[in-house]
Amino acid sequence: MAVETISKTPEVSVPISSNSIILRISRFNSKTDSSPTFAEFKVPVQKWTTVLEAILFVKQNLDHSVAVRYSCRQASCGSCGMQINGKPSLACYTKISELNSNVVTVEPMHNFPIIRDLAVDFKQMFATHKKMKPYIVREDSEVTPGTKEFLQTPEDVEKYLQFSYCIKCGLCNSSCPTMATDTSFIGPQGLAQAYRYVADNRDDGKKERLKIIDQSHGIWRCHFAGSCSHVCPKGVDPAMAIQLLRGYLLGFRK
Amino acid sequence: MAERMSNREGLRGMANPARYGLERVAYWLQRLSGLGLLAYLIGHIYETSSIVNGKVAWDKMLELTQTTQGHLILTLVIGMCVFHTANGIRVMLGHGGIGVGKPGQPEYPYDKSQRSATGSLNYKQRLCIWVSIALAALAMMYGMAVLFGD
Repeated sequence: MAVETISKTPEVSVPISSNSIILRISRFNSKTDSSPTFAEFKVPVQKWTTVLEAILFVKQNLDHSVAVRYSCRQASCGSCGMQINGKPSLACYTKISELNSNVVTVEPMHNFPIIRDLAVDFKQMFATHKKMKPYIVREDSEVTPGTKEFLQTPEDVEKYLQFSYCIKCGLCNSSCPTMATDTSFIGPQGLAQAYRYVADNRDDGKKERLKIIDQSHGIWRCHFAGSCSHVCPKGVDPAMAIQLLRGYLLGFRK
Repeated sequence: MAERMSNREGLRGMANPARYGLERVAYWLQRLSGLGLLAYLIGHIYETSSIVNGKVAWDKMLELTQTTQGHLILTLVIGMCVFHTANGIRVMLGHGGIGVGKPGQPEYPYDKSQRSATGSLNYKQRLCIWVSIALAALAMMYGMAVLFGD
């Protein structure tokens, strides 16, 4: 991989107490480039500076053309997932001081097609997510006159609540060893979402969802490496969801 | 070019055990030991098939396994077999949803300590991985004592 070093220093006033790091950003344009290159920038940082803030500093002061997707800056929207020093993480939720390194390398998430630089294409993941029927499936509705609302005990809610925390950032798919080689695998994100609705006692779509995931590139391709749960920034634990989901297919769960 | 565009990690990423904790190391060892055992099985079939060529050919083949290198390979096979079996039982039980923890409400800051305490990355799983490694090491030591003893 070629390295293009940019020795630009910031022209803005930087607080005297600040340190600086070298931020290496992977640059790639799918329309014009044949392979990614790295651009290096000297970025002033504080103890609280996040990786996203460092990237935005580069955009504002050194190179406006860096492509990055972000929105909420508080780990809620799932837009800024990327490889940070080799590990899939949210840029807005990773402080540079936590990385213990003066060189921070950011790359686009693995297992997703690159649109440009750090922005990747979520098309396949969203299509898979949609395929899992991520909504309550049942004949009646709680808004139908004459019917009651669907009551659930706290225990019922706890069965699926954890998995509804998914922000669709794609970090789990990026770390999954099966996703690394199988282009058709549903992936931990989709499977965890299938479990989220299967475990919901208001839902009647269990049979349909189990049929969707019970295929050659479906749930059986998960080998319980646990990497998805390792990287999830919201505590979702897709590995657990997948194993529990498989329990339904194997007859361990009803 | 198409593969680079898709940014898939490929086999190199799949086989990299370094980034995602002990569970990924166990995943890697399981694959490695599985491939090793497959290679041994093929070699073993080749070795035992030599008997159809008569006693001389069989004895000649046996002599190959009675060397230091042959013993070292067999010791490795013992280790791979024990690890693959023990870790395989852990994974099979996990696949049925046994020992993978119980869903609970995630707590801020959502670091993996909660998943390590009550989730799929729990201490029972990690303990089972370490026990599998320890059993493989013990079996290899016993195998070496038998193969190289006297």
